[in-house]
Amino acid sequence: MNLVIFIFIVLLGFTSYYFGRKKAYSIQATNTRLTALPQFYGYYLAIWCAIPAFIIYSLWAIFEPSIVKLIILSDYSNQGYLDDELNLIYEKTKSLSRGQFSGEITTYLETSAEKYLNLRSIAQNSKVVLILAIIIASIVYGYKRISSNNRTREPVEKFLNAVLFTASLAAILTTIGIVFSLIFQTIDFFKVIPLFDFIFGTHWYPAKAFVRDASEPLDPSMYSDTFGAVPIFAGTFFIALIAMCVAIPIGLMSGIYLAEYASTKVRQYAKPLIEILAGIPTVVYGFFAALTVGPFLKDIGTAMGLEVSAESALAAGGVMGIMIIPFISSLSDDVITSVPQSLRDGSYAMGATKSETIKKVIFPAALPGIVGSILLGVSRAVGETMIVVMASGLAANLTFNPLESTSTITAQIVVILIGDQAFGDPKTQAAFALGMTLFLVTLSLNIFALRVVKKYREKYE
Amino acid sequence: MNKNKEKLLNSRYRAEKRFQFYGKSAIFLALLFLTIFIFKIFSTGYTAFQKTWLIVPVTFDAETMYLDENPSKEDLEDADYFDLALQTMFNLDKSASEKQQNDLKRMVSYFFEREIKRELLNDPSLIGKTKDVYLTASDDLDQVFKGNYPRDLPEDQRRVTDYQLKIFDQLVEQGRVESKFNLSFFTYPDSREAELAGIASSFMGSIFSILVCLVIAFPVAVLAAIYLEEFAPKNRFTDFIEVNINNLAAVPSIVFGLLGLGILLAVFQLPRSTPLVGGITLSLMTLPTIIIACRASLKAVPPSIREAALAMGASKMQTTMHHTVPLSMPGTLSGTIIGLAQALGETAPLILIGMVAFVNTIPGSPLDPAASLPVQIYIWAESAERGFVEKVSACIMVLLGFLIIMNLFAQIIRHKFEKKWS
Repeated sequence: MNLVIFIFIVLLGFTSYYFGRKKAYSIQATNTRLTALPQFYGYYLAIWCAIPAFIIYSLWAIFEPSIVKLIILSDYSNQGYLDDELNLIYEKTKSLSRGQFSGEITTYLETSAEKYLNLRSIAQNSKVVLILAIIIASIVYGYKRISSNNRTREPVEKFLNAVLFTASLAAILTTIGIVFSLIFQTIDFFKVIPLFDFIFGTHWYPAKAFVRDASEPLDPSMYSDTFGAVPIFAGTFFIALIAMCVAIPIGLMSGIYLAEYASTKVRQYAKPLIEILAGIPTVVYGFFAALTVGPFLKDIGTAMGLEVSAESALAAGGVMGIMIIPFISSLSDDVITSVPQSLRDGSYAMGATKSETIKKVIFPAALPGIVGSILLGVSRAVGETMIVVMASGLAANLTFNPLESTSTITAQIVVILIGDQAFGDPKTQAAFALGMTLFLVTLSLNIFALRVVKKYREKYE
Repeated sequence: MNKNKEKLLNSRYRAEKRFQFYGKSAIFLALLFLTIFIFKIFSTGYTAFQKTWLIVPVTFDAETMYLDENPSKEDLEDADYFDLALQTMFNLDKSASEKQQNDLKRMVSYFFEREIKRELLNDPSLIGKTKDVYLTASDDLDQVFKGNYPRDLPEDQRRVTDYQLKIFDQLVEQGRVESKFNLSFFTYPDSREAELAGIASSFMGSIFSILVCLVIAFPVAVLAAIYLEEFAPKNRFTDFIEVNINNLAAVPSIVFGLLGLGILLAVFQLPRSTPLVGGITLSLMTLPTIIIACRASLKAVPPSIREAALAMGASKMQTTMHHTVPLSMPGTLSGTIIGLAQALGETAPLILIGMVAFVNTIPGSPLDPAASLPVQIYIWAESAERGFVEKVSACIMVLLGFLIIMNLFAQIIRHKFEKKWS
């Protein structure tokens, strides 16, 4: 039914475009000068036809369910039910009206279900009538405006401008959405677990906080020593460190080589090939780390008499480092190429070799940009999920031994939220609190890195 | 004095050589990783495109199927094939004990009943006759036949019994084991049994997610980019939007998963585990990528085009919509495809919104529960059975194939259609 209304509105919009244009031609035929091209008359009428109807349509879709719910539940309002119970009654009513209810059917429920169906059909009918009325009214209005030789280009363009502007708000809305989805759960979490315990506690066993019976009161002492995030902060930092130990030397050196030494031909082939590493999905790296690198390290370790866990921080961090190489190499390549040639020429004129020029002149000049690219790499490493989930352990050990398994913020979010989640449970909320931490950390890294890079660019442009 | 100078010069030249060597070896290492990586995936994965079949003589005995004489098509549909199928397997070794009979049954997939049924439905005249039928071998035997499974392990550490191996070797000798192209890998949905697991369900899930992502992200991103590049006044608010876009591009993907979970599932009550929610989540993630690409290509359109249009009396909106935007489309489209390729490989956000649920049906719409290719890789990689290792690699090959095609496509669009303005 909704789809039918939707298609109907769209079709009417198209037809009114032709009517509008036709009207414009007929005005033209009377030798009156048009104030805009004929198609603008069409657009004008189409907008008048479709937009008010769409607005009503979507408002209706948003508010109808809650209003129906309000009316249905008003029957139960003075019987002292709790909010949760009222919600349950409403759900039961809905499923009964759809004929999918399997529980005990009381007379109360039956009347409610009947009332529900009734209300829905009233709502549906009045929606159709209202939308039709709106369409007719707005088309008539628009048509009249056209007839009186109105200007049509300006309003149409203003409308388009408004649409463009609204689209550009999507980025802000997404950010707001992220913050909103994280903040409420995080606040609830810190109501139960003190912030201090979260930041400085050294035991992280979310499995201990099994899903609690909702009717029992929340007992904070149950969760003491459960959500201390130090082990996972340390693990995140540690794995990122290992990754950067692999990525910085290789990425930086290949960036320098590509920018300063490589012939055009080598550059043409080597650069895209290295960038392939950035395009490989992280789950593939994770599989590679778990299947190949982990056992390989273990074998080497056993041969050298070391005890290496099959899921070691080294395997996850190392593979993550490989993933980050292209970020650092491409960015530092860009930064180095944009160092002005005059600096190089000056250095060569003083008799410096190429490598001396790079080390003593170009590198210091490009340093801010290189630092920025490294920071972006770090933020990648901190936010990387699948490699750690698949290649390093899921238990949060507080260790700085690269041969043992550790866990990271991202991996713990996945561990907690995989499968069914119960909102309102400290365990689920813990994942959101971790997400908030992750968001803030990467956000500050990014802002800082982008600022450094930007400042640097301005210096030479 | 001179000697000292020469010495210094020589050591400086050596330092130069060393530095170059470091650079070369860095590139070499990066490419080496890539090669090892691809080699490893292909060497473990190529066998998954072959499937082992046991060719077993089936006697279509009407009595075992509880069929009357001259059964109709419906009778054949409804007939009981299980006993017939069991009997067929037991006939491989008539002297088998009860435990051995069980082993015999487990030499083939649990689809053996269906495979026999299909044979008879194709040719109802087979009743009373004997015909060789291809049955899917169990994944353990499949792995043994491909040489991926060590036969010399002690029996209690193997999933294949000595008895099964004996019968299997007899069949191999008689030429009754055959390896054919594994079509079911592409047409079957996911399964708990490695020999029957295919990528059809996750593939469709990926397609639906990407379509939803495209439908939402592309228009919004292009409109936003047009506004920011062509119309937006230079003020604080526009700067704020820009900062937002740049930051969103670097937010870890798992945070978008939390957004999908906390807003789309918890607040808007959209159905869990569906490509619809997955696609919306991915679209929020790809939005900044497309906006940035579109803005870059709008910026690359030279001002002379705009000035010419304005000089001819076009309004700002007409100039943009009729001239600037069409000219920027190649760059925008290739940026969009690259953004979609990124979204196609994304796993973590989809796990959070429940697309890891076990789905053994092929989704028909974005509202049906589904997995996606990368999530399928994760699910299979986590299962213990040996048969899944090659499946994971094969699935990775399919995924990488898609990514390569998409990136090539983006390159082609960029090079073929983009105008060079200098």
